[in-house]
Amino acid sequence: MTSILLAIVIGAAFGAVLDRIGATNPNWIGGMLTLRRLHLMKTILLAIGTGSILMFGGQMLGLVDVGHMSVKAAYIGVFIGGLLLGAGWAASGYCPGTGVCAAASGRKDALFFIAGGLFGAAAYMATYPAWKASGLLDDLAGGKVTLGSVPGASYDGLMALSGDLLGIAIGAVFVLVAFVLPDSLVGGGRRTAEIPAE
Amino acid sequence: MVLNWKTGGLLLGLVFFAAVLLVKPIGVSTQFVILDGIVADAVSPDFISRTEDGYTSTNAYIAKSDGKYAKSAANPLNYSFIFVLAMAAGAFLSARLRGGIDAEERAAPAIWRANYGDTPMMRYAVAFLGGFIVLYGARLAGGCTSGHMMSGMMQTALSGYIFAAGAFAAAIPTAMLMYKRG
Repeated sequence: MTSILLAIVIGAAFGAVLDRIGATNPNWIGGMLTLRRLHLMKTILLAIGTGSILMFGGQMLGLVDVGHMSVKAAYIGVFIGGLLLGAGWAASGYCPGTGVCAAASGRKDALFFIAGGLFGAAAYMATYPAWKASGLLDDLAGGKVTLGSVPGASYDGLMALSGDLLGIAIGAVFVLVAFVLPDSLVGGGRRTAEIPAE
Repeated sequence: MVLNWKTGGLLLGLVFFAAVLLVKPIGVSTQFVILDGIVADAVSPDFISRTEDGYTSTNAYIAKSDGKYAKSAANPLNYSFIFVLAMAAGAFLSARLRGGIDAEERAAPAIWRANYGDTPMMRYAVAFLGGFIVLYGARLAGGCTSGHMMSGMMQTALSGYIFAAGAFAAAIPTAMLMYKRG
C-alpha cells in the first residue's frame, strides 16, 4: 500500500512539474529542438545534474540505497530506437510522459498521440521476435553498465574510476552547461538582438 | 507562465531524486505496453495466463523476463502503472490551477498553426503517426525520454547516453525541417 501512495505522490509531482516547465507544450519542445529557444534544454540539463549530484552524493553518505538504482542495458537497438523516438518527438512535440500529461491538461492532439503510441507499442510487441533474432538487442559493452564503478551497485562499471565521484563530476558538468548555454543557438532567438549591426 | 529554468530545473531534479531515493528511477513508456496487455487480455482472456510461479503470455514480448510485463498487466494496481495515472492527474491539476489552455491552442499548438495554418485534422494525423513512431522506438530502445534520457544519464548509464545521442540526432533535423517558423 505504501508503494501505491508513493506512486500517487511522486507521479502527481512529476506531472505537475512537467506542466510548469513547458515540457508538455509542443511550442516549447519545438523551440528547443529547432535550437531557437533553449530555455527547456537548460531546465532539463539542470534537472539531470541536480538529480545526479543528489543521488551519488546521497549514496556516498549512505543516505540513498544503492539498490534503488536501475540501469538499462546498452545495445544497438537503443540507438535505433532513439532515432525513431527522436523523429516522432520532433514531429508531434510529445514524448510518452509529456504526451499523457498534455492530454490531461486539455490538448486534443495529445489524445491522438496516445492512441498512436498504444498502436506503436502493440506493433513492437508483434515484431519483437524479429528484433530479438536480428541480434540488435544483444548486449553492447557489457549491457547494463555505468560509466564508473559504483560501490555496492549490482552493475559493472565501464571504467574502474569511482562511479560516485564520476557521477557527481558529470552532474556538475550538466549544471555548468545549463548555465553557459545561450538562450538560442540560431537566428530568431533573443541573442541575435544583442549583436550590434556592423 | 513557464517557470524560470533555474527553478524548474531544480524542481524537476528534486522529483527525479525523490523517486530514486524512495522507490526507483522514473520511467513511463513501459506502461503503454502494460495498457495494451490489459486491453488484449480483456478482449481475449487467454492472452495472459498464470503459471506455477508467476505469469506468462501468448505474446513473446509480454512473456519475456519471466513474465514481468504479464504480471503487471494482470495486476494494474502496481507502482509503475499508478505512477502514470497520478502523473496525468498532477498535470491536469497544475494546468487547471494556472488557468488552463485556450481553445485554439487545445486544438493545435501555435507552432503547428504558424507553419501549417488552421489544419487540425492534419495535426491529429501527425500526432498519431508521431505517437506510433515514438512508442515503437521507445520499446525498441527499452525506455523513453524519462527512463533512458533523464533517469539513465542521471545514473551515468551507458545506455542513457547512447539513447540521447540517437534521439537528438533525429529530433533536431526533423524539427528544423518541419517547423521553420514559430
